Amino acid sequence: MASEVPFWRAAALSLLLLAAALIAWELAVMPRAGGGAALDPEYAALLGQAAAQGGTTPMPGPAAIGARLLELLSDPFYVRGTNDQGIGVQIAYSLLRVGAGFGLAALVAIPLGFLIGMSPLLNAALNPFIQVLRPVSPLAWMPLALYTIKDSAVSSIFVIFICSVWPMLLNTAFGVASVRREWLNVARTLEAGTWKTATRVILPAAAPTILTGMRISIGIAWLVIVAAEMLVGGTGIGYWVWNQWNNLSIADIVIAILMIGVVGLALDRLLGLVAHAVAWRE
Amino acid sequence: MNATAASPPRAVDAEAQAGRPAARARHAYVSVEGIARRYGATTIFEDVWFGIERGEFVCLVGHSGCGKTTILNILAGLEGPTEGAVIVDGAEITGPSLDRAVIFQGHALMPWMTATGNVAFALSCRHRGWSRAQCEAAAREALKRVGLGHALDRRPAELSGGMKQRVGIARALALEPKMMLMDEPFSALDALTRGSLQDEVSRLVTETRQTAFMITHDVDEAILLADRILLMSNGPGARIAEVVVNTLPRPRTRANLHHMPGYHALRDHVLDFLISRSAAFDAAAPPAGWAPRAVPEVRPAIESPPPPLAAE
Repeated sequence: MASEVPFWRAAALSLLLLAAALIAWELAVMPRAGGGAALDPEYAALLGQAAAQGGTTPMPGPAAIGARLLELLSDPFYVRGTNDQGIGVQIAYSLLRVGAGFGLAALVAIPLGFLIGMSPLLNAALNPFIQVLRPVSPLAWMPLALYTIKDSAVSSIFVIFICSVWPMLLNTAFGVASVRREWLNVARTLEAGTWKTATRVILPAAAPTILTGMRISIGIAWLVIVAAEMLVGGTGIGYWVWNQWNNLSIADIVIAILMIGVVGLALDRLLGLVAHAVAWRE
Repeated sequence: MNATAASPPRAVDAEAQAGRPAARARHAYVSVEGIARRYGATTIFEDVWFGIERGEFVCLVGHSGCGKTTILNILAGLEGPTEGAVIVDGAEITGPSLDRAVIFQGHALMPWMTATGNVAFALSCRHRGWSRAQCEAAAREALKRVGLGHALDRRPAELSGGMKQRVGIARALALEPKMMLMDEPFSALDALTRGSLQDEVSRLVTETRQTAFMITHDVDEAILLADRILLMSNGPGARIAEVVVNTLPRPRTRANLHHMPGYHALRDHVLDFLISRSAAFDAAAPPAGWAPRAVPEVRPAIESPPPPLAAE
């Protein structure tokens, strides 16, 4: 157990490391004097800015990225045609898909996990299927989803569903199966019915374990949505990253990485708050 | 709480103090009839017969491994016997019932509920029609009766061991059960807490004439609380070897118990049993006068025991 570290010391060190990293980055990408050899001005005009800078797209420095970030965040929700939408709109599309897939998965996994956790027979019968399906990369389902569903938007939701269902299913089953026998005995001696026992005893007892599964699931779902949207295209932060790669907008890609990280953190913290609310200790 | 209201008229107090009549299976509120528990070829206990009258407090004393907890679980309806049956109020036990409240060895409180919540949950099971507010109000009353008025909204994690067990007692009492089943309820507590809870339960028992069945290791606890003490021989193949009738007058407290005439004889008798006779008991060659359905009753606290009231 690490001893308690004062908050301000950790924060100061964090800021120091960030500043050092940003300065090093800025220095590393500074244009070298005389690096751009003399280029035929007409050729440069023909090829545009990229060629004028020596034929490669320069890696943007933190300052350039910061400026671009401010620009993107100043109007995050604009929509100017299908291929030109604000970053906020793209993130909202991704969140919507994750929310739909994750929500459907919770609706299936938590009740099913309950049944599996309560019935050793069902647990033993379903375990082989779960063990085989669980390690499959969710993206491997994508072609099958596209073929059967024939709708790319629904297919990406399905992929999110399939990747978030397993951790929730296994954790719910485990949490339900390990509810203390004495609590169940209390419920039995009180003649609490099945429904009351499930909702007032088993669910609260298993809630912390279920929430752990949900946190794992939302993390995986947020990882997978970027890849799924790169494949499916159209909208979403994953598509936007790929689109900016095609545009060679390196600054936008860096910003997307940052945004994906921040949103993922927010999702985890959100479920962390719920987990804290249902946590109990003895 | 008036579990005895419907029971037949009791012996007058003087007679009760001199030793309650022997419980006879056909009149008893609870009648345990030849129960056994076997795991494969191993018999934990068998041929166990006893009765519990309304308003009677019966303690079961024996060493670990003789199946005491199993007997309590069978009475609670949480387990079934391998053989035999338990009749309560004229009907065979087929499962748990709100009429038989259990105080568990580990307090068995739900850690996500407050003290009030735990008791209110039990009350909401007992009184299906009650609103949440009604259940909580009654729960608070029940907790105040066991001296927890200051800890109503604390969760079990914020309560000491003794307070948790008080909540467990309040939960059981609030159900107004016809019978209380207690599985070594104080064994996990420190000596001081245990003593004060024993006195409190002794007071409640005397006041309310609650029918109760309790398992204990603690001889003084059994003498303080019980009207009759069932002594079990060692397992495997355990039986009820002897029934000790506790003739010491009520109210009893830990302070006055050991000054009562006959206390030491009673205590010595039970301790002697636990130390030597429990192991020596052999159901194949039982002591004279022993039969599984008519276990001899002894009154060690009275120098010359009266003739048995129950001629089985």
